[in-house]
Amino acid sequence: MQNLLEILAEIPDPEIPVINIVELGIVREVKMTAEDEVEVVITPTYSACPAMFNIEEDIIKLFRERGVTAKVITKISPIWTTDWMTDEAREKLRAYGITPPERGADKDHLDIPKKCPRCGSANTTQISRFGSTLCKASYQCNDCLEPFDYFKCH
Amino acid sequence: MNPLYNYTIKLADDTLIFGQRLGELCGQGPYLEEDIALTNIALDYLGQSSNFFKYAAQLQGENRTEDDLAFLRLEKEYLNCQLSELPNGDYANTILKVYFFSLYQKLLYTELMKSPDTQLAAIAEKSLKEVKYHYTHSSTWVKMFAGGTEESRTRLTDAVANLWEYTQGMFAETPGEQELIDSETVPDSKILHEIWTATVTEDFANFGIQIPESTFMQKGSRTGYHTEYFGFILCELQYMQRTYPNCTW
Repeated sequence: MQNLLEILAEIPDPEIPVINIVELGIVREVKMTAEDEVEVVITPTYSACPAMFNIEEDIIKLFRERGVTAKVITKISPIWTTDWMTDEAREKLRAYGITPPERGADKDHLDIPKKCPRCGSANTTQISRFGSTLCKASYQCNDCLEPFDYFKCH
Repeated sequence: MNPLYNYTIKLADDTLIFGQRLGELCGQGPYLEEDIALTNIALDYLGQSSNFFKYAAQLQGENRTEDDLAFLRLEKEYLNCQLSELPNGDYANTILKVYFFSLYQKLLYTELMKSPDTQLAAIAEKSLKEVKYHYTHSSTWVKMFAGGTEESRTRLTDAVANLWEYTQGMFAETPGEQELIDSETVPDSKILHEIWTATVTEDFANFGIQIPESTFMQKGSRTGYHTEYFGFILCELQYMQRTYPNCTW
């Protein structure tokens, strides 16, 4: 069978479809436990992220199509952090219109201006600390005037 | 009764009830961004409560699920603090409640993540990131109300007068909690209360508002005694599960 991680990389994040669950760092471990059985360990991004239910179903469905039974185990610890997100994923986020999180998620980065994902200007304003999903905050660019989402450090 | 179960249930109930209460504001918030903020916070609370309920169900070992515990217990079996069940009131009242509670959670989870109980420690560490954000958000607003207009300041001081007597209830202990404190499984609520009071005193001094002089505090939190508002919120919370037994998503 194909590399297991490559298979899992076919699953997009249900809320941000340009990045997949492997790039996002949700998949922590995957191994064959028998010829037709696989075990996948996933880590939730936020305690209440509704996407986790879909992701679990997607994993089971994806392997079922290949005749493999998937057992999905959710593990909280070590806790998920935006630092696990790959550079490719960050660039994909930016191209999609979401400013990626700063590296070093344990700091608040309040002093660092968030760059507009469209025009690259750092002359931006926070509209709201919260956004349309748990992982984002709302900003606006003062130069091109477009509103945009910032993926919060977590 | 298992003290660790009681303790886990109190954490689960606090976040379940507060989440349900804040969720009432969905579509009703004072303006769009804050409507979204308050429902984001409510969702974080519900996620935390789900993690605690899963663990509590496991501790109880009676084959009950997270949903059974959340939706099918009786009023007196809920060990949440009374503060979490109080009505939202106006915007100042809602935000001040979130401020009081998020500071409590921040201090609690910071200590609890050192617990030798790995599951409690993991949930605490996970939740801490979320509540730090809530604390930053709510304290910014409290500061803004204090330094805003006469109207915002009056509403804030009214909220302080209204809520203060419920704050000690967050630190009330569940049956058997002392055993867990003695074995260093959980932090001592009395010490948390001292740090909480000192931090609020410092914050309030920065915001330029007074802490009430009255030392009267409501009793009964975490013993199954609730305010008159609890029956109503519980009815709404449990409606689906009681009307359609065993319904699932």
